[in-house]
Amino acid sequence: MSDFEAIVEAYEASGGDPDLLRSPKVASLVVSGNEVLGANEIPGVTMTADQLADGVKARVVVAPGTQVELPVHLCFGVIPAEGVQRIVSSFDIGAGASVEFIAHCTFPNATRVQHIMEGVIHVGAGATMRYKETHFHGDAGGVEVLPKARVTVDAKGRYYSTFALSRGRAGKVDLDYEVDVEADGLAELDAKVLGYEDDDITVRETIRLNGERARGLAKSRIAVQGHAHSEVISTTEGNAPYARGHVDCVEIVRDQATASAVPIVRVTDDRAQVTHEAAIGTVDKKELETLMSRGLDEDQAVDVIVRGMLGE
Amino acid sequence: MTSNGYLLQTVDLRVSREEREILRGVNLVMHPNTVHAVLGLNGSGKSTLAYTLVGSAGYAPSRGQILFEGRDVVPLSISERGKMGITLAWQEPARFEGLTVERYLGLGMREPDPRRIEEALEAVALDRSYLKRYVDDSLSGGERKRIELAAVYAMRPKLAILDEPDSGIDTLSLNDIAQLIHRMATEGTSVLLISHRDEVVAIADVASLICEGVIVQTADPTSVCDRYSCCCRPCDHVAPVESEAEYERL
Repeated sequence: MSDFEAIVEAYEASGGDPDLLRSPKVASLVVSGNEVLGANEIPGVTMTADQLADGVKARVVVAPGTQVELPVHLCFGVIPAEGVQRIVSSFDIGAGASVEFIAHCTFPNATRVQHIMEGVIHVGAGATMRYKETHFHGDAGGVEVLPKARVTVDAKGRYYSTFALSRGRAGKVDLDYEVDVEADGLAELDAKVLGYEDDDITVRETIRLNGERARGLAKSRIAVQGHAHSEVISTTEGNAPYARGHVDCVEIVRDQATASAVPIVRVTDDRAQVTHEAAIGTVDKKELETLMSRGLDEDQAVDVIVRGMLGE
Repeated sequence: MTSNGYLLQTVDLRVSREEREILRGVNLVMHPNTVHAVLGLNGSGKSTLAYTLVGSAGYAPSRGQILFEGRDVVPLSISERGKMGITLAWQEPARFEGLTVERYLGLGMREPDPRRIEEALEAVALDRSYLKRYVDDSLSGGERKRIELAAVYAMRPKLAILDEPDSGIDTLSLNDIAQLIHRMATEGTSVLLISHRDEVVAIADVASLICEGVIVQTADPTSVCDRYSCCCRPCDHVAPVESEAEYERL
């Protein structure tokens, strides 16, 4: 089996549609380890990828005004049990453009894999970028996921990011996103992670609302059980008149797992407003008992509640 | 079914909370395929009775029996009682982040049946556009209440305990609720209807009046409502000790 077939098979096993990666109408980039196995550009979307010793350096440019109808698929993975994959990426979304990225990160056999993402993202004036990153890990817990992104959103730009890791063991996760938003811009960060056994999850989300009427939402939904640990550090700053931000963190804890949340709200302009809410605890009693009274066992009920919260 | 033909029988049921006895020896019998109302003021023990029957944590009886089809279900968990066909529609339904109405309605069925799910929505006067909506704060209180009733209807339990089913729903739809309750009864679900409103109790076949944790009268709804009107309002027998907030606190 070729490397391309192997990564596509893993992608399919995790719920992806392999035809999308072969379709000429869909922009896509497929990377296994440090090899670029496929890259498909479409009008208005250019992608370059260069091999590094331990990964790939990729640059994605969406031309100003381009309305990309179908999501751009990015497929990253490491098939062997051990290895390092570093993705150094830059995204430049031109003014007025609109594009959605769906990134699949697949590590089905990992016992000792490090996946490093270093992203620099620029969302131009009036542009919209949606980035959804979904991870599919094996059950060994041997993945270290270190995604880091620095994002700037120009005036009236919109940036939506979702990071989801709820299939297989999370392993060690250290997510670190920072976003600066200019006037009338919008940033929404959403992290959803499920941890088992001794998984160790850290989510750092920072949104700086630097322009007038800029808006931001830092949302996280984490569920941990066994001896897993999670920590969420969400910072939102209101630095301009009428900026509006909100931090929303929910962590569900079971067994001997532990969780903490540090919502930081900072306002440097008296016309800005930033709010926060954080809830950490076990599964809500009424939700649990409602489902159990419908005949679900406790474990089934917890699973329904947690997976609902994680958006599955 | 037992030889006496009761679907549900409570015998000297006593429940205490924080060293205070809330149910003080409830004796209640309920026949199959009937709508049986329990009428009482706030604080009389109605919701405590509902939580106790369904098996909610923190509501274990200190004494007495709950016989369902002749079997004492007191030792059974809420889940085991659910599997036997006992369920509860909460007065203030839970919110479920990320759970669609369609999934929620299907959870109580052995095999989710799309036709039955749509029927359940129609039965509470909601259309299929609700199927993909989430059972969370995006629904109004009245919509969540209807969804809760639809979920119970879709499940086809043997015993549906409806705690204040009309609260949070506009009065125009009280008729919808009445129709739904009768539809449940004709399709094999017995309904224990808990309310403090006598106009709701009029829906029932039989009614019981509860006061200070004791059933003081069981008769036709008209007689019970008459007594409720003349003797219970106003009433200083009961302190408002039971509430949704108290349930949540446990």
